[in-house]
Amino acid sequence: MLTTKPFGTYEAPAMAEPLFTPEEQKKFDAEIAEILSHYPADRKSAAMLPALRLLQELKGWLPPEGLKLVASRLGVTPERAYEVASFYVMYHLKKPGKYVVDVCTNLSCALWGAEKMLAYLEQKLGLKAGESNERFTLRETECLASCGTAPCLQINEDHHESLNKAKLDAIFEKLS
Amino acid sequence: MATTAYEPLISAAWGKPNSWTLDEYRKRGGYKGLEKALELTPAQITDEVKKSNLRGRGGAGFPTGLKWSFVPKDSPKPKYLAVNGDESEPGTFKDRYILENDPHMMLEGIAIASYALGVHTCYVYLRGEFKFQAERTNAAIREAYAAGIFGKKMMGKDFQLDCYVVRGAGAYICGEETALLESLEGKKGWPRLKPPFPAVVGLFGCPTVVNNVETLASVPHVFTRGSGWYAGLGTDKSGGTRLVCLSGTVNRPGVYEVPLHATFSELIFDDKYGRGLPAGRKVKAVIPGGSSAPILSPDELDVAMEFEAVKVKQTMAGSGGVIVMDDTTCMVRSLWRVARFYAEESCGQCTPCREGTPWQTRILRKIEEGRGEPGDVQILSNVASSIAPYPPIGLGNTICALGDAAALPTHSFLMRFKDEFEAHIREHRCPFGDKPWGAFGDWS
Repeated sequence: MLTTKPFGTYEAPAMAEPLFTPEEQKKFDAEIAEILSHYPADRKSAAMLPALRLLQELKGWLPPEGLKLVASRLGVTPERAYEVASFYVMYHLKKPGKYVVDVCTNLSCALWGAEKMLAYLEQKLGLKAGESNERFTLRETECLASCGTAPCLQINEDHHESLNKAKLDAIFEKLS
Repeated sequence: MATTAYEPLISAAWGKPNSWTLDEYRKRGGYKGLEKALELTPAQITDEVKKSNLRGRGGAGFPTGLKWSFVPKDSPKPKYLAVNGDESEPGTFKDRYILENDPHMMLEGIAIASYALGVHTCYVYLRGEFKFQAERTNAAIREAYAAGIFGKKMMGKDFQLDCYVVRGAGAYICGEETALLESLEGKKGWPRLKPPFPAVVGLFGCPTVVNNVETLASVPHVFTRGSGWYAGLGTDKSGGTRLVCLSGTVNRPGVYEVPLHATFSELIFDDKYGRGLPAGRKVKAVIPGGSSAPILSPDELDVAMEFEAVKVKQTMAGSGGVIVMDDTTCMVRSLWRVARFYAEESCGQCTPCREGTPWQTRILRKIEEGRGEPGDVQILSNVASSIAPYPPIGLGNTICALGDAAALPTHSFLMRFKDEFEAHIREHRCPFGDKPWGAFGDWS
């Protein structure tokens, strides 16, 4: 009898609590239906990126149970959902901090002091780029199309540009 | 040579109140181009676009009308239009301003293109980070539906067009047209082998045209003012105006709309545009068309920012991303930043790129940190050549052009600044110390 699972399968660990609250479930169902209506009926799997985005908007990340759910609604295997989720940097396969801070350090921003800004943020948040705590996930990211208004960063996908120290401090002060 | 007096087309309304709404767009004569186009046959529309000499603004500069004409007329399959708004090439930030300030101009282009091509479904693929821009575009699309431009009938004509925004999720490679199609199909962005080209086998295996945001925003002007007028704005082989993105060490970075015969010197030094470098600083190198384009030296800046003219210099006008570096910028550190980007963004499909891009990054980091050894420059050069030899551009050993994009900067930096790389190795340190980023590198 086969006792070990074949390589390459992805099985979501069971969760103690249900994935969604009833309101979340309602929102998920309604919006998934809307997303699927944008694609040909026999191409449901094309909705993978928007479906994963929807899941992440509801949960803050992509929990394994959620990947399974998205996969079943799109008629593909959970492995397919995981493959896509792990390819794109904006999807979180682990629960990030409350605020995900993405700092551009590419050439145009670096020429306007992005490396120094990142060092300041590392000190301010007590995190190295790539690290997380409950409150913050700090990451170095690639060009955010803000080269004329460098340096820039995004906090939970909200864009901030032409940053100096005072402006940056003010932004972080406003975060709850 | 230009026969029509220059005037800004794409950026004319930027910064004006509510410029992004349908009302304001209509007041400026918006959707008049669509009205005129709908009086023509689809074949005539494509011909007009061909005559206008409009070339794709995404990077490759391919003639737009010619691309449209590759779509098979007799295919029984549905046809698609995919709009490339994945703007991610370092140094490029123009499409976002179209989406923020004048999304209807792009939507009008979409309507004209769809009618010409027999497309009934259009997907606008925006990079995931463009949250605000996606909201603006979606609001404009809702207005267009409500006004009877999109939806069951196009301006009263029996022609259905549906248009949806799809946001990516953070992958540079999805700006490559076949990777974009894979992503639209709900997959990871692995580029496809060409041929077949998307015009024949594209989204869901159906004929698909992939056009850049700025390209489509240019289309209405071909019809409001006429293809001859539009062609007359540009050079012999490229019509119209184009947006260029100026960044780096210049006094006034930003997006500027320029006539195609404007030169890099004008862009950098002219009072209308960049207003030069800070006092006492000189140009050391200029990236002419996004970070993948080989650099130009200070004595090569009197070249027009137009596809053919830039090609003569063995580099490319690409996406219009012009990055200026001053004489106190460290070239090793700059190249390391660029190399790191391509290593991060390589999709992992082809071995030369997947293995070569991180290798380049490691060697550059080593040299920049003063741990370089004699021979490292040669190894770096060999690694770059294994991904894509140069010159000319386009000899890459990979499925898509990301390999070329990753190798070209290395080749061009080494060709022009080999001494600086060797000085790092000889002195076991970066000669610029802790100030490698030029005049504006200090942040406070």
